[in-house]
Amino acid sequence: MKILVCISHVPDTTSKINFTEGDTKFDTNGVQFVINPNDEFGLTRAMWFKEKQGAHVTVVNVGGPETEPTLRKALAIGADGAIRVNTIATDGFSVAKQLANVVNDGGYDLVIAGRESIDYNGGMVPGMIAGLINANFVNNCINLEIEGNNAIAIREIDGGKETLSTSLPLVIGGQKGLVEESDLRIPNMRGIMMARQKPLTVLEPVDANNETTSVKFEKPAPKGAVKLVSPDNLDELINLLHNEAKVI
Amino acid sequence: MSVLVYTESEQGKFKKVAFEVASYAKAVADQLGTTVTAIAINANNTSELGNYGVDKVLNVSSTPLDVFNAKGYTEAIQQAAEKEASKVIVISSSANSKYLAPLLAVGLNAGYASNVIEAPSSTTPFTVKRTAFTNKAFEITAINTDTKIVGVSNNSFGLVEKSGNASAEEFSPTISDLGVKVESVDKVSNKVSIADAEIVVSGGRGLKGPENWGMIEELASVLGAATACSKPVSDLGWRPHGEHVGQTGKPVAANLYIAIGISGAIQHLAGINASKVKVVINTDAEAPFFKAADYGVVGDAFTVVPRLIEKLKAFKAQQ
Repeated sequence: MKILVCISHVPDTTSKINFTEGDTKFDTNGVQFVINPNDEFGLTRAMWFKEKQGAHVTVVNVGGPETEPTLRKALAIGADGAIRVNTIATDGFSVAKQLANVVNDGGYDLVIAGRESIDYNGGMVPGMIAGLINANFVNNCINLEIEGNNAIAIREIDGGKETLSTSLPLVIGGQKGLVEESDLRIPNMRGIMMARQKPLTVLEPVDANNETTSVKFEKPAPKGAVKLVSPDNLDELINLLHNEAKVI
Repeated sequence: MSVLVYTESEQGKFKKVAFEVASYAKAVADQLGTTVTAIAINANNTSELGNYGVDKVLNVSSTPLDVFNAKGYTEAIQQAAEKEASKVIVISSSANSKYLAPLLAVGLNAGYASNVIEAPSSTTPFTVKRTAFTNKAFEITAINTDTKIVGVSNNSFGLVEKSGNASAEEFSPTISDLGVKVESVDKVSNKVSIADAEIVVSGGRGLKGPENWGMIEELASVLGAATACSKPVSDLGWRPHGEHVGQTGKPVAANLYIAIGISGAIQHLAGINASKVKVVINTDAEAPFFKAADYGVVGDAFTVVPRLIEKLKAFKAQQ
């Protein structure tokens, strides 16, 4: 089984979010970049398929050279090879088109991407890849088993979960649950050394139009101070929620 | 040229988000000087949609679509959009709508903006405001394609009632091989889901153990709220993953979010930031959550929560 894991290079979850160039660009100054958490759960699940079922795992990112440390980390975690499509990611559709091209050329059976990146939160790349290559698609996937050509997946739905059966080729929009937080791997020294020897192929992009344009960013207005209520005067809290906030 | 809106239903009954997306579609249609057509799949009583600005309902009754299937539902919505020559399609941010949206976008060669929180600020270019960086920022996005898909963030636009009548028309889309089959659904039917809830009561590690969740559940039940939890709580296995809210968990956009024993890590606050009113109950007055909350109680959850439950019961009894 050939697996392609799509890796988004995103600011660490603790990052302060600021913008520059007249609020049109994300300010990367002082920001630590990591593998998108939703992608990392998928990558870790892919490692399981590699170790238990002999799968071959390639990771891919659409981005400039600055994303290569993130791909090297994925190699250090255990991926067999990496691909970087050499273009700046500017909208979900154009990224999906680049990735669909990689999938078609590489003949991958299973594509695992995170349900969304934690920066732009578009939530569209995995589904668009599936649409573009006409593969089966499971979003919000929290469990995945593959046996031959058949797959059993569990999808989180609003208020519960459902079990789905489908077949390869398959695209997954993954999230926590594919593996547990405690299953995530920190690369060890051997992994880091081996990652240096593994292939990181740079591909030039195919033609892809942007369907959306990011015009500007805004930050939420600063919040007023909290109103403290004494634990001995909870009637006041109820009064505030009822008469002032009007939420109960 | 009608604006098309996908109005979701469950067991034949429209979900609240259906009325919200219909209200949104009406606002867009007014800007464009056109009408609103809804597509309803296996829903009863479609005339209700007239109260939220829908002019016409395409009523789909289909056995293969009895249970949600992203590909099948995409085909139905795509064919409805083609039939109506719709240039704007409005959907919600439910798990199902987010599942089908990218498939629909590819099918219609449409640009898709998700998590949109306001009516378009302009229709040429078609420009919307959406949340990004997990609610730490907003992004103004222009959709450049001829056909546009807008995913409206739940509980952001609200319901706008109109007096109107929605005419109904039977619509029979062609559904091909679905590719993905639902084997079983595991859903607690008598509980409010986090996505649909107006009030969410959430517990953190301050509650000390899963055995103490009884009071969280009781508070939620008094308020008709959904229950949620912080990431450490779900990582420790005290509560199911489905309850984890935050950056890598579920987003919460409730009217009222009550955090109990949650210190308020930046990732947690990001995930719940879209909620309108936030209340924190925590022993530690220095907990970061107090900076993000509207109302706070510095006190021990084990005394405050039971007392609050009693007071709320009395309050509810008077209502």
